[in-house]
Amino acid sequence: MNSMGFFEYLASRWDDLLELSIEHAQVVLISLLVATAIGVTLGVLTYRRPAAAQAVLAVASAILTVPSFALFGLLIPILGLGYTPTVVALSCYAVLSILRNTITGLQSVDPAVTESAKGMGLSDWQQLFKIEMPLAWPVIIAGIRVSALLILGIAAIAAYVNGPGLGGDIFSGLSRIGGANSLNLVLGGFLGIIVLALVFEVLFALLGRLTTSRGLN
Amino acid sequence: MEGVDGSNSGTKAMIRLENLTKTFPGQTEPAVEDLSMEIYEGEIVVFVGPSGCGKTTTMKMINRIIEPSGGRIFLNDEDVTTTNSDKLRRRIGYVIQQIGLFPHMTIADNIATVPKMLGWDKKRISERTDELLETVGMDRSYRDRYPKELSGGQRQRVGVARAMAADPPIMLMDEPFGAVDPITRERLQDEFLRLQEEIKKTIVFVTHDIDEAIKMGDRIAILREKSVIAQYDTPERILTDPADEYVENFIGAGASLKRLSLSKVRDIKTSEWPVARLTDSPDEVKELLRKSGKDYVLLLDEDRKPKRWVGLEELELNGVPLRNAGWPAVAIVEGKSSLYETLDTMITSYKGSAIVVDDRGRYESIVDFGTVLQAIEEMRPEENRVGGGA
Repeated sequence: MNSMGFFEYLASRWDDLLELSIEHAQVVLISLLVATAIGVTLGVLTYRRPAAAQAVLAVASAILTVPSFALFGLLIPILGLGYTPTVVALSCYAVLSILRNTITGLQSVDPAVTESAKGMGLSDWQQLFKIEMPLAWPVIIAGIRVSALLILGIAAIAAYVNGPGLGGDIFSGLSRIGGANSLNLVLGGFLGIIVLALVFEVLFALLGRLTTSRGLN
Repeated sequence: MEGVDGSNSGTKAMIRLENLTKTFPGQTEPAVEDLSMEIYEGEIVVFVGPSGCGKTTTMKMINRIIEPSGGRIFLNDEDVTTTNSDKLRRRIGYVIQQIGLFPHMTIADNIATVPKMLGWDKKRISERTDELLETVGMDRSYRDRYPKELSGGQRQRVGVARAMAADPPIMLMDEPFGAVDPITRERLQDEFLRLQEEIKKTIVFVTHDIDEAIKMGDRIAILREKSVIAQYDTPERILTDPADEYVENFIGAGASLKRLSLSKVRDIKTSEWPVARLTDSPDEVKELLRKSGKDYVLLLDEDRKPKRWVGLEELELNGVPLRNAGWPAVAIVEGKSSLYETLDTMITSYKGSAIVVDDRGRYESIVDFGTVLQAIEEMRPEENRVGGGA
């Protein structure tokens, strides 16, 4: 039972951890893309109709209250194990804050700006893509950022359905806690997720700055 | 059309509204009821009325930001009531009180919005942007700034430049100078009037401020509830001959004084007055004074600029050169000053008269109270004149 020190462990397994982290990041990014597509689309379709906006927000919030274990479990009979149920579940969790921020962002565009856009003859689509979306974008990207952090953590649970990423290490460590290197496995997984969270934060801050007009800062 | 006299028979109607009606969903009373009017090419028509009278709704129906529930809209005899509203709006400049510049776009991009939609090439858009910035009195260096970096007055100018970008024949302006401080407002108004002299657009201008209406309007439509026209006429006629009590009340106190701000002193008949040169001899001046029957003579310098007033008494004082005799000539107004300013100047002068000069300060004439009173009398409609022999 002579277990290695944590740094020793890291040194011996860093290439595995890196690979798992990349997998983890990848599944999170794919889920974010899916969730952004869904959230932004639903937001655009509903932001001018308060009742519809309330309804979709309620559904998205309800999904978030389902414990992740339960959701993954529910998806097994439908989607089986592996990548697909992981992406589906993570996307479901990520939708809420993207959807909510899309609606809030679009609704908070100054009515004088939309009126002058309309008055100048911009069509509904031009108003949306040239005026409203760029103005709501900083809020939307903040929503994506929050979702990213949320599902980085939840993605670890995906190991339960044989999903990719750092969750596998954490689960196998926890299942034989006390055994050789079990704690290191868990800590290694945690560390990977924390580092990923920091990397995501930095990338989103950068992306936000690059894609937001100088006139809005 | 109601209240419109024959003075515009040669002008054509640029905008024609026929039985325009708007009832908002869920309301039983219409906001605008059966409004018909013509707006002539190249004129500023001001819609003025109390808040809630439907003046803004009426204006917004012209570019169909608000779709009418009934009636027709004609631009240049073309029925645009049901044409493509986006295309219609690109032909009409639109300025609102809050301006609504696009905060994420540079000033140049804001101005270029409509030209871009109309498919102008880059070079043309760029040249037009520079031209417009110059027109509204802003430096070219503002092109790449963002709206948040501008003052309220500057944003307003950009708003006007943006509305004029594709040179639309018609502009709609909803309280365009309402959100700036009074000093900036007055300057923007003056600048805009000067600009309009050149561009000669057909402009519908909405305000609740009768003084702004009088200043800006070639014609004013005073509206009551449901946008019913109480009077549609020139500011002069509205002030001197209000159609009814409602209009009178709306103009408020001081209608006659407001009327005075519309006439230039140059346009009224001024009185004869003896003038002499500083270089003339006192005896010549005395002779002139005696012949004229007036009490004072105005002395001019070699550039014909008014210098001194002298009376017989001062001329009797031997040894005082004319240069120092009498009183300095104050109370000077330019010919382009309004009667209002002239009267104001007159009240502060001790002779109850004002000297009218040209733009280089050279003597033109003298006006006194009597002359102004007579001019006021002549502004009244004939049936109301005191001594008009009616």
